[in-house]
Amino acid sequence: MTETAQPTETAADLRADMLRLREEFPALHQRVRGRPLVYLDNAATTHKPRVVLEAMTRFYAEDNSNIHRGVHALSVRATEAYEQARSTVARFLHAPSASEIVFLRGTTEAINLIAHGLAHCRLRPGDEVLITHMEHHSNIVPWQMACQHSGATLKVVPITDSGELEPGAVERMITDRTRVVSVVHVSNSLGTVNPVREICALAHEVGAVAIVDGAQAVAHMAVDVQEIGCDAYAFSGHKLMGPTGVGALWARQELLAELPPYQGGGDMIEVVTFEKTTYAKAPAKFEAGTPNISGAVGLGAAVSFIEQVGLSRIHAYEAWLLERATEQMQAIPGIRLIGTAPGKAAILAFTLDTAHPHDIGTILDMEGVAIRTGHHCTQPVMVRMGVPATARASLSLYNTQEEIDILCRAVNKVKEVFH
Amino acid sequence: MSEMQDLYQEIILDHNRKPRNFTIPAHANHTAVGHNPLCGDQITVLVELDGGLIKTIGFQGAGCAISKASASLMTEAVKGRTIDEAKVIFEGFHDMVTGVAGAEPEALGKLAAFAGVCEYPARVKCASLAWHTLQAAITEGPTQVSTE
Ligand SMILES: Cc1ncc(COP(=O)(O)O)c(C=O)c1O
Repeated sequence: MTETAQPTETAADLRADMLRLREEFPALHQRVRGRPLVYLDNAATTHKPRVVLEAMTRFYAEDNSNIHRGVHALSVRATEAYEQARSTVARFLHAPSASEIVFLRGTTEAINLIAHGLAHCRLRPGDEVLITHMEHHSNIVPWQMACQHSGATLKVVPITDSGELEPGAVERMITDRTRVVSVVHVSNSLGTVNPVREICALAHEVGAVAIVDGAQAVAHMAVDVQEIGCDAYAFSGHKLMGPTGVGALWARQELLAELPPYQGGGDMIEVVTFEKTTYAKAPAKFEAGTPNISGAVGLGAAVSFIEQVGLSRIHAYEAWLLERATEQMQAIPGIRLIGTAPGKAAILAFTLDTAHPHDIGTILDMEGVAIRTGHHCTQPVMVRMGVPATARASLSLYNTQEEIDILCRAVNKVKEVFH
Repeated sequence: MSEMQDLYQEIILDHNRKPRNFTIPAHANHTAVGHNPLCGDQITVLVELDGGLIKTIGFQGAGCAISKASASLMTEAVKGRTIDEAKVIFEGFHDMVTGVAGAEPEALGKLAAFAGVCEYPARVKCASLAWHTLQAAITEGPTQVSTE
């Protein structure tokens, strides 16, 4: 970590520095429907700093080549850049080894890879897979498919009205038949930060594989997979200021060795004959075909950017912003916040008594404010909270107090139209 | 505020607050359920067909202002019309909300209030959900429609 946090940095200094960093994001500086863009849809995807855009352009302009295949200079440089990105991601997650990092399309593909693999190599009829009620569809559907294939049963940890896991429920629901526990680190629709360390410890007591969906965590808090004690951790580059179409899976070497390949093809083999093929070791075993090389390079640049800003500073700033936003939003009559867990991440989901979330979203858009409305790929959460959908403002390090003011003014406009 | 008023015209807000024909017709003989997975809107359209005539029509469900007002105004527009007339109105409505060149909102009476929707592609599905559902109800085929 090249964290630049100074023990003497004041809150005002921190805010000033984040304002300065905002300048690094070209897409933020535009007008939408005649008004300055207020981008509060960071849980869906984040904007990219100049260093990421430049790293990708430079790769294509100078190093572009296929990796692991050529003896020529460009191929060597491309391979180095790709493997450098892998090391950067390993450092970022505090993984013991870069060879435990697999580059994939993103969180969704990472969970599918593991679920598919475990369905083949571990899960048997009568086994149990434990997830929670607040999972993203990408941590539900792959397990339903794995259970269908293997005859295992899917069990779901219930959540409370505030959007937390029901106290004691994980403990109660893990049994000696539990083979997999897969939980979201930070909920994308509630903002809840789950006690993943404790959950992984409980999973390991019964010998289950512990998997964490880190899609919403990595850009907002320091993640140390060894400290968490999980067996696998997945995230997407695009939610971390990197490009779309690339993400990473970290998994323990032993797990990667046990899992069967997900796809067959070039780069994932040792020896191929028509009678028999032997597979390469991880990570190559899971990276069949030409990977998203420029994407990995961009992801590496994004990770370095985040490290330089420092996750403890990002976390402190976003917590400050969330507090302001929560206070101001709660003061608006008719607002109901969905997801009120203590210590939650900077995700503010809400409904309004007189307007449907979709109409809120459209009117906010007219004011230049980009939020997301809908079920946020967490339909069971909507049912649990008794709402058809929510409006969601999700913050990032480049958002400002002024933008929160604009958000609240825009919500008041919604109330003028729908009273 | 003019952009706002273009989309959320007073008549739309009024039909959202007080939807018309928000009932289950006693002699309904055709029904369909429409679903917009994007926003969770769900609507049921119930029709009493008498020969080719839409004798009565009602709807149920929950949704955003655009989809609710559209369902409400649709029931007013097609009640007492023949299936063929309703189809012509739907075609005109569809052209209007999708911004087809040459669409004639003036010919659509009160439904012209939805002309502003074509500026908001993300909302076209909200405006047309009720109409797709009506079509499913009165024609042969599946009685579940989804806008996705
Ligand atoms: C918590 C969570 N898990 C998984 C995903 C899926 O990520 P991706 O679509 O990048 O694969 C998301 C993104 O929407 C998410 O928020």
